[in-house]
Amino acid sequence: MTELDSQVKETKLRLLRMHYESRCGHIGGNLSCLDILMTLFHAVMQDSDEFVLSKGHAAGALYSTLWSLGLLSDDDLTTFHKDGTRLAGHPSPAHLPQIPFATGSLGHGLGLSCGLALARQLRGEPGRVYCLLSDGEWQEGSNWEALIFAAHRKLPLTLIVDRNRLQGFGSTSEIAGPCKFVDQFTAFGVQTIEVDGHDTAALRSALCERADGVRAFIANTNKGNGVSFMQDQMQWHYLPLNATQYEQALQEVAAT
Amino acid sequence: MRDVFTKSLVGVASDPLFVFLTGDLGFSALEPLRDAAGDRFINAGVAEQNMVSVAAGLARSGLRPWAYSIAPFIYARPFEQVRNDVCLHNLGVRLVGNGGGYGYGVMGGTHHALEDYGSLLCLQNMRVIIPAFDADVEAVVNQISTYERPVYLRLGRDEKPADFETPPYAPWRRVIDGRGPTVVAVGPLIGPYLEPLRALPEASRPRVWVVTELPFDAGSIPAEFWSDLSDSRHLVVAEEHVQQGSAGQSLAYLLAASGRRVDRFSHLYARGYVSGRYGSQAYHRKDCGLDAASLLDALA
Repeated sequence: MTELDSQVKETKLRLLRMHYESRCGHIGGNLSCLDILMTLFHAVMQDSDEFVLSKGHAAGALYSTLWSLGLLSDDDLTTFHKDGTRLAGHPSPAHLPQIPFATGSLGHGLGLSCGLALARQLRGEPGRVYCLLSDGEWQEGSNWEALIFAAHRKLPLTLIVDRNRLQGFGSTSEIAGPCKFVDQFTAFGVQTIEVDGHDTAALRSALCERADGVRAFIANTNKGNGVSFMQDQMQWHYLPLNATQYEQALQEVAAT
Repeated sequence: MRDVFTKSLVGVASDPLFVFLTGDLGFSALEPLRDAAGDRFINAGVAEQNMVSVAAGLARSGLRPWAYSIAPFIYARPFEQVRNDVCLHNLGVRLVGNGGGYGYGVMGGTHHALEDYGSLLCLQNMRVIIPAFDADVEAVVNQISTYERPVYLRLGRDEKPADFETPPYAPWRRVIDGRGPTVVAVGPLIGPYLEPLRALPEASRPRVWVVTELPFDAGSIPAEFWSDLSDSRHLVVAEEHVQQGSAGQSLAYLLAASGRRVDRFSHLYARGYVSGRYGSQAYHRKDCGLDAASLLDALA
């Protein structure tokens, strides 16, 4: 197991604990993107880069990742979802540079990332902006506005789609048809690559390859990844864990 | 007002933090700014949601963005982007809506802005400026060009009489003195009122105020206004905006909250499309009782 994979495992256990203690839902979509976030923050992004979590319902995965970097403490995570917390159910701004915007209403993060990237381009500053989106989120028209803008202006922007194929009340194909991201993004002039969103080595290799302009990665993932009874199950967009489920989830993740 | 707006922006475009975004509007108006601002002039296309999010990202990066369109396309179409991306973070984004109220006249209701400042003032940190005269625009542009908070600039058409001398810019200005009722008009709606009101004999001539900044509170209103009001005890508010969220409602609330009383209160406001027919800005003002004749009736 690589050092990054053992960090991911430790962080996944902490994420499960945080969600269990807070009795908070959304764990499925957090587990689908944790590998991506951990790879980005530990192995890809540099000091001059910025990150925007467009799929704000994965706040827990972001907080856990920032915990793994020492930017949030255990005490901070203990407040998650509780009265008086700075760690709301969707990211809230104003206390960590790694959380530049309040997100949670889908279809905002990419436009905001375009603004950050445009500022860099206008000033000739180094670095890229990384934006993580969900797949269902592409039903929001504002994302396509942002994609046109980013591609046309060749912004220093990398967007990653957490393609777990499940959304709020059904599968993405049931609700919106077979979304062919690679074909669609490519048609907009964006170089787009599919990658296994749970293979940190593959993610690292793909994301570290530096290139100019907009790049897109379609990360194939599973909702509830790593926990058998959650995997690819829509209800884990919502459900909190009970004690038995939590123990089983811990055991399964620990055994990986 | 758009030409003087362009000229004023050219004056601040040399600020290294200046960035101007337009939602594909500005033909035959913004060209001098485009030339002056170079790569800081960005046509963001017919995509106002993205334009406002981009502006928020620019402001978050320390730049001073402006985002411009026809009024409804800058506050209504991207309302959630204004709410979440700009206002929730208290970012210095300057939203500019051309054609406040019925400004786009016979172009139709989709292009009118009758509920812009009422809806925007519900949002965190928002401030609204509605220049009344062309001569206000440069002062206002200079004032907000370095704002570190959200602001909405509602542009209209200056219709003051040629011989009317515009007083220096201030959020509250008395533009006509008299001994009659106290009139408050919001922004450029004051223009067509000036000639008929100043022609009235002094005894019945109203004390007329023009308001250009919202929201206001008791402390930001000049003492002379309160003197006028306590002397006249008759208040008439006129504005090209629907009643809900209006300046008239705010003023009535302030009166009640501060224990002040008037004997009469009339509110002239945009009532939508009373006749169901369309026409110029003047047509719509008359159609919903915002024209000078309707104001004179309210003073009687």
